Parts: sequence; C-alpha cells; structure tokens
Amino acid sequence: MLLLCEIFITEHFSFMKKSYQKLEGNSTINMKQVKHQNLTTRYLLFGFVFLLTFSSSIFAQDGDPVQGKALFNTNCAACHNLDKKLTGPALRGVEARLSEDEGLDRDWIAAWIRNSSALVKSGDTYANKIYNEYKGAAMTAMPQLSDGDIADILAYTAQEKAVPAAGAGAAVGAQATTSADGGISNKIILGALTILFALLAIALYVVNNTLRKFAVANNVTIPEKKTPLWKVFAKNQFLMLVTAIFLLLTSAYFAYGYMMQVGVDQGYQPVQPIHFSHKIHAGDNKIDCKYCHSSARVSKTSGIPSLNVCMNCHKSIYEYNGETTAEYSKEFYDGEIKKLYAATGWDDAEQEYTGDVQPVKWVRIHNLPDFAYFNHSQHVSVAGLECQTCHGPVEEMEVMYQYSPLTMGWCINCHRETNVKVEDNAYYTKIHEELSKKYGVDQLTAAQMGGLECGKCHY
Amino acid sequence: MKSIAKITLVVGLLMTIVACKSDDKPNYQFMPNMYEPVGYETYGAYDVFPGEQSAMLPVDGTIARGYSLFEYGNSNDEYLRAKAELLSVLDSTQVDLKRGKELYDIYCGICHGNKGAGKGELVKREKILGIPSYADVGRAINEGSIYHTIYHGKNAMGSYAGQLNEEERWQVVAYVLKLKSDLEK
Repeated sequence: MLLLCEIFITEHFSFMKKSYQKLEGNSTINMKQVKHQNLTTRYLLFGFVFLLTFSSSIFAQDGDPVQGKALFNTNCAACHNLDKKLTGPALRGVEARLSEDEGLDRDWIAAWIRNSSALVKSGDTYANKIYNEYKGAAMTAMPQLSDGDIADILAYTAQEKAVPAAGAGAAVGAQATTSADGGISNKIILGALTILFALLAIALYVVNNTLRKFAVANNVTIPEKKTPLWKVFAKNQFLMLVTAIFLLLTSAYFAYGYMMQVGVDQGYQPVQPIHFSHKIHAGDNKIDCKYCHSSARVSKTSGIPSLNVCMNCHKSIYEYNGETTAEYSKEFYDGEIKKLYAATGWDDAEQEYTGDVQPVKWVRIHNLPDFAYFNHSQHVSVAGLECQTCHGPVEEMEVMYQYSPLTMGWCINCHRETNVKVEDNAYYTKIHEELSKKYGVDQLTAAQMGGLECGKCHY
Repeated sequence: MKSIAKITLVVGLLMTIVACKSDDKPNYQFMPNMYEPVGYETYGAYDVFPGEQSAMLPVDGTIARGYSLFEYGNSNDEYLRAKAELLSVLDSTQVDLKRGKELYDIYCGICHGNKGAGKGELVKREKILGIPSYADVGRAINEGSIYHTIYHGKNAMGSYAGQLNEEERWQVVAYVLKLKSDLEK
C-alpha cells in the first residue's frame, strides 16, 4: 500500500508540474489564480494521502471484496447471509465482531473455516459455544480456501450494508404510471364513442322535430298511415310462420347453449388463501411442474404440494426480488411468503419451526364429477403428455384458472386425435404389435387402443 | 311509453343474468349428488378427520405397504454414520441412469444444475446461493451421504423423502455419483 501511495504521489506531482508549466506558458496575467489553484490541489492531495494511510491502517491484510463476493456466494451462501441468520449466523462484520467481543483473530477464523469440527474437538471455548448454539450443526470443512481467499471473503463481509438505491423505487413508480396510462386511454376512447353516439341520437331527434315544425308552419300535412305496420305483418300468415320458426330456433339455440355450460367450470379462477403465482415459479424460475406436483407421476391425483415442499426453497428465499406491478408489489409478495411461514410455523428470525401449524385451505380448481375416472400417472408417465396440453399456459398464469372445459366431448376428441406414444414405451410394446396387425396401421390413436370404451372411465 | 318500460325490464333482466356469471365461484350443476363423491376424496376437508384434513401422516410406529424403515436419524452424527456404512440397495443391473436423470432434472437440477456443478436456474437467478459442486473436496460425498441428504435434507436443503420413493432415491443417488465422476474428470 505504501508503495502504491508513493507511485501515486510522484505521478501526481509530475502531472501538477506539467499543468503548472502549461498555465505559466499560457498567461502571466493570471498568475495569482494559478498559485491559488496550485494550493488547493496540494491540500486535496494531502487529504487523499491521509485518507489512504488511514484506511490502510484499518485493513492490515486486505482482500478484494469483489473476489470475496464470488467466493462467498459459491462456498458460504448456502448457510450464511450477511444480514440474516440462516443455517449459520449472519456474517456482516464478522471479523470485527469476533476480535472485539471474543478477542479472536484471523488465524482462529481460518482454522474454523478450514476444519471447524477439529477446532470444536480441540476444546476451544468459543468454538464449542457456537457449535452448541447451532445445535451441533457442523460447518462443512473448506480446506481448499487459501489465506488470500479467506482475506477476500472477510473483506466482502466487512463491507457496509448498501442503502437500497432510490432509482429502483422510481422505476417501479414510472412503470405503474405507464400501465395506468394504458388503461385510461382505452377508457377515454370508449367514453368518447359513447358521447359521440349520444350526440348523434340527439341530433337526429332535433332534426326530426325541426322538420315537423317546418311542415306545420308550411301547412304541409304529413299523411297518417291508416294501418300500422305490425298489423300488416300480423295479417301475412307466411311471414308469421317464418318469424315463429326463426324465434323458436333461436331460443332453442340459446337454451341448448345455456344447458351445455351447466356443470362446466372452464375459466374458474377462485381466490386462494395464499396468492401462489405459477408465473413466477414455473415461468420465471422454470421449476418443473412435477417438482411440486410430484404425485402426478405416480398416482391418480396430481397432488397439492404439502408445505414442506414450499419450504425446500422458501427456507432460503424469504423475500421477492423479481418484477412487480402496481397490483402485485414486493410488499404484497413478501406478505404472502409471511403467510407461508405462519402456516408452517416457521420462525424466520430464529430459523426454526415453532410447531404451531395452520393448515392452508386451498380451493380446488379442477373437479371431475364423481362418475368419471381420471388418472394423472396414466397421462403424465405412460403417455408422456405435457401438463400444458390440458392445463394450458400455466407458466404464464399469475392466478391459476381452469383452461380446458373438462367435458366428455373434450376428452374423447383428444383420444381420437392423439397417437399413442409407443417408442421406448415398454407399457405398449406387446399391445402395439397385436393391434397394428389388426388395424393394419403403424400409428395407433388412443381411441383405437380402447380409449373410447365407456368402462374405461365410467364404472 | 309502456313498450319502453318493457324493453328496459328485458334489458335489465339480461344484464343481471350476464352479471351473475362470476369466475371465482364454480358453476351450477345438474344433479350435484352425482357429481359430489360419496367417499372421502384425496385432499378433501371432512369433519371426521383431525383438523378436517383427509390427508394425514401415517400412524406413529407404522410403515405403509411398499415402504421400508430408514434406520438413520436426522442429525450430523447419523449423517456421518450413513456416510461410513450405508450402501445402495440397487445392484448394477437395476441402476437406470435414464430414469435417474429424469428424476434428477426435475427435483435436483433446479438448484444443483443439470451437470451437478451447483449452477442451477435458481442459482443463476441469484434466488438461492452457495450450492456446492458434487466434486467439492471438503464434502467428499458418497452414496450413503447422498441418500441421507435426500432423505433428511442438510443445512438449507429440505427433505425429498416425500417426493421420491425409496427406489427413486437410489436411482437419483446413482445418477449423482455419475455426475460427480464426470465433474472430477
């Protein structure tokens, strides 16, 4: 560090000399000013040198915090956060804390990092204290970290906590206003159209009235119709017949449409007790559907994941840092994670389960009637279908809804059109041989394999 | 004037019918007693169960059919014991690396990365940090320790015993060992 300072000083002096000469050459009138500038620069320089000396005395062996961050994220971050207790303690300013409170130096830290259990066994007081405080969870030994690596990591942990940039908030605000603008402009157009039509109607009425007044004023008599139009219409039997048939057909059409949608819940989108966004989990983070719905592979039901599956990740992910909208803000999502913690009885500050659990009453969206049998594993594992075939673009749904009608016609249509996946499918080797001979085809649809038999689904 | 009143009435009625269609309530059913199951459904809520849940844990001290007892507890000492002595139940003919890969990519790859180097999608997006590589010398994982970790979880990792059955867990262990040897090459 000293060497660096020296280089810096010499360089700076040579630079100053040059600029001084330059100024001297340029003007002799402004001599006073030049001298003044020279003085300030010198003060600044001394200040800087002082600062450098001061800071170098704090970090006796300083590492590179940038390098340290990378090392921390690969080696330590599984169990440690800078500001929050996870599996292990929070590590911001750990070196200063240990040397002030416990009188432990960097050698102790290095010994702990490289092999903590050996340090515990050696009978070291503080090592045993921290080991027991974390209920005997041994820290993984990191013999591969060099002195330089440890210095880098400690330099990273010694950094002050960065104040969240105001820019982020402004950006969110800007986004909110733009989206609101979009909504307003649509409404403005609709409102303008309504007003336009209203004005037109009023104008026509006024014109009609004015014309009638003109007629009265000019003594023109408007001929009164003797028989009103509907009477003429009623007397024409052919027209009446056609109208009756038309009306009956139309009402039959609408009645049929109404009857057919009874019991069909396409588009059903209930409000869930915890706002779970499939868009964030399956879309943004690309988590496989079967990660949470694991029983879809092996059983009839797709499985509503029990909350321990949520906690596999949310033990570490305690806040939301993705994109937000005006409706779904960071606070909103963080609140939903808090709901999960409350349901599982997870104490986030102490990093342990309190045992006080509250089962979550999820609202089931996809309901088949009791008289229809459906098995997920048959479709997911045997047929190898994508979940999206029936459930639609779930990875884009902020709020989950029923995409398909789940009617019998819908099932049968797919069974008629879909070829059975027979390649590398041990389930179907034998039956495929026999049936392809019977039908004389290479590809079999699900229907040809018996996918339309009543008893397959209704029994 | 009468006709205007009639028209308003009809339009009003139509409006109410249309407005009744709401997406956060289920639709009407023709004969609900044919739709609603008589038996208790999976994940149903019924008064007879504790906490109304039909989904319950097995009775203490029992083992469900098709499952077996795992004799290693959830602690660091037990982890070390499993690491020292636990061996796979699969012999070389039963190991199916293709299935192991399928399962691994679903359950493990999201954090550990599909190559096992600790660079999964969640790590790349900085949601979860510090996932070690399988080739990490300090950990020196083996089949016993991998199985114990899948079964009970370790540090920030949770248990996957609920998502994978015994045979599937051993298939994943075999695949993880393959990834480890690939990484060490």
